[in-house]
Order: sequence, then C-alpha cells, then structure tokens
Amino acid sequence: MNLEWMAWTLPTAIFFTTIVCILIAMTIWQVISPCIKRRGFIPLSTTRGDRLFIGLLSSAYIHLAWLGLTPFSIWIAFGFSLAWMVVVMRWG
Amino acid sequence: MNKWEDNKAWFLVLPVFIIVAFSAIIPLMTVVNYSIQDIFGPGERVFVGVEWFREVLSDSRLHEALLKQFLFSGLVLLIEIPLGIIIALMMPKKGWSASLSLVLIALPLLIPWNVIGTIWIVFTRPDIGLLGATINGMGIPFDHTSSPMQAWITLMLMEVWHWTPLVALLAYAGLRAIPEAYFQAAKIDGASSWAVFKYIQLPKMRGVLTIALLLRFMDSFLIYAEPFVLTGGGPGNSTTFLSIYLVKIAVGQFDLGPAAAFSLIYFLIILLLSWLFYQVLQNVGKGEA
Repeated sequence: MNLEWMAWTLPTAIFFTTIVCILIAMTIWQVISPCIKRRGFIPLSTTRGDRLFIGLLSSAYIHLAWLGLTPFSIWIAFGFSLAWMVVVMRWG
Repeated sequence: MNKWEDNKAWFLVLPVFIIVAFSAIIPLMTVVNYSIQDIFGPGERVFVGVEWFREVLSDSRLHEALLKQFLFSGLVLLIEIPLGIIIALMMPKKGWSASLSLVLIALPLLIPWNVIGTIWIVFTRPDIGLLGATINGMGIPFDHTSSPMQAWITLMLMEVWHWTPLVALLAYAGLRAIPEAYFQAAKIDGASSWAVFKYIQLPKMRGVLTIALLLRFMDSFLIYAEPFVLTGGGPGNSTTFLSIYLVKIAVGQFDLGPAAAFSLIYFLIILLLSWLFYQVLQNVGKGEA
C-alpha cells in the first residue's frame, strides 16, 4: 500500500507510535489492576484514563502557549509537559 | 457463560472502529503530518518543524476570527435559548394543534444548510428580497453585502430562525415530562405563573437545556455553510469565522502546512470545549459542576 499521500515523517511516526504504546500500556494496566475513580487536585472524580486524557490535552495547550508566547525551543515545553503529565497522573 | 463469550460483543462494534479509523483517525494523522512540512506537491515536501504553528499562532487574522467566532456563538446562545423556552411555553400542550405546531416548528431544521444560505440571500436582497426590499421601502437603508453590521444582523437572524426550533423542541420535551402533580400542588399553593416557571419548569428543564446549550454552542462554533453562502465572509473580513478563514488558507491559497496547523489548533479548541461541556452535562444536578 502506498502511503506517500499521508506525508509521513519520522517525528510524527514516533509521536503516533508513542500514543498507541501508551494506550496499549494503559489497557494492560487496567486489566491487571482495575482502577477506581478518585479525586485529586483536579476538581473532578477521575479514572486513570480520564487523567491521561486531561494530561495529554493540557500538554497540547502547554506546547501551543509556549509556541505562541515565547521564541524558545519547543523541547523546553516538552519537558514541562512531561513533568505535568506525571503530576496529573499521580496527584490529579 | 464464561468471560470470553461475554466479550464477543466487542466484535459487534468492530465495524464502527474501522469506519472511524478511516474517516477520522487516518485523516487526522495526515493533518498532523502536513502541519510540520511545507508541501509543494506529490512527493515534494520539506520538514519545517513547528514553524507553521508559530506562524498561525501569531496571525492577527486568526485572533480576529476566533474572537468573532466566540462573539457569534455567545450572541446566538443569548437569543436562541430564552426564545426557544418562550416558544416551548407558548406551544399547545395537547390535541391536533400540538402536533401541527411541532411539525411547523421543525420545518427549518429539515432544510439543508447551504439551501438556508441561498434562501436568505434571496430573502434579504435589497432590491427584490421580501425582507431587504421591505426595510428599504421603510426608508431604512439595508444592504448586508456592504455593511458589516447589517451582515452580522442578517447572519444572526438566519441562525436564530434556523436553530431556535431545536431549542424549542428540546424545551418542549422537557416541559411535557414534568408530572402534572407539580402543577396541581402549585395551584393549591396559589403560585403565580412566574413562580411556577422559576421553581418548577426551569429546574425540571435543566437537563434538556444543557443539551440544547451544548449542541447549539458546538454547532455555531463550527458554522461554515450558511455564512459562506450568504456573505462569503464579507463585507471585508467582517463575517470571516474560523472555518471560513481555514478554507481560505487551505483551498484559496493552497497553503496546506499552515492550514493543517490551523486545523489542529481548531481541533484542540473544539476538543477542550466539548470536554468541558461534557463534564458540565455529566454533573448537572450532582452539584459538582
């Protein structure tokens, strides 16, 4: 199958592969150790999947804010996002 | 019945997964791929990193379009929700007149969006349109193709005419679901019509009104066909909303990279708003929202 029209690049391939791996890992984690809803600093009762979604969506906004407001490298925003993901998943 | 047999039901949703994969996920992946490249043609592309995102985020016309989009959605909701409730309260409760009014009020919802725009072009033409010619005949100059304010008013009127029936139908369904005992108790207590509305009807309609609010906000935020047909985004850029501006970049200028970056930002805005509204909807009546 010719996928030239999709204009794949290495960074986007890595990005989507990572997302798929995260989803698979979360599924396995859920099967091994089913989670129950809990309340952290996010003012909602959330499951593990909810916190992943909130973390990923807010990370996307961190990247956008970084790009829109600063001239610095995107990798700094990526670092902040990783730290934020850990905080949301653990204490969110 | 063992656990594996129970899980066979998942295969029934497999077709939906496949359809969604082809209609949503693969196009989304392609947009992500385009957003970090400069596309010259088939097989001719250059990696540019996050350059298009920086360019789009600093584009003042995008900021304007976003502001206009929020203003338009806000104004539309401010008119449609109260108007829909008033119409629902005034509609007959039973008998043939109730059925007739339901059919009549649903008529604008059955018309395709691009046809709505065409109808309103004719309706508001300053020379021969029923509305346009009437207003001009009254001595008030009206031409939505040259006045930004009149273009906005015309668009708002069209949107309200098209979609208030949806709010009215949802509110009507909510009203009909209220048990008669509430009204009998209110009558015994000598409650006024306003008190009945404030303490019985409005709280009982909260669920359907939240759904109406959600649907109308998302729909008005994504509006494209009607303003495109009616005003084409003009006069000037006065009615160039996000979707119209996006199409101008992608199709008009054929700037696929910036258009893809713009699409992803648009998608993230919609995703965030949808999630927020979903949370509100989930928590209606629970005191959490």
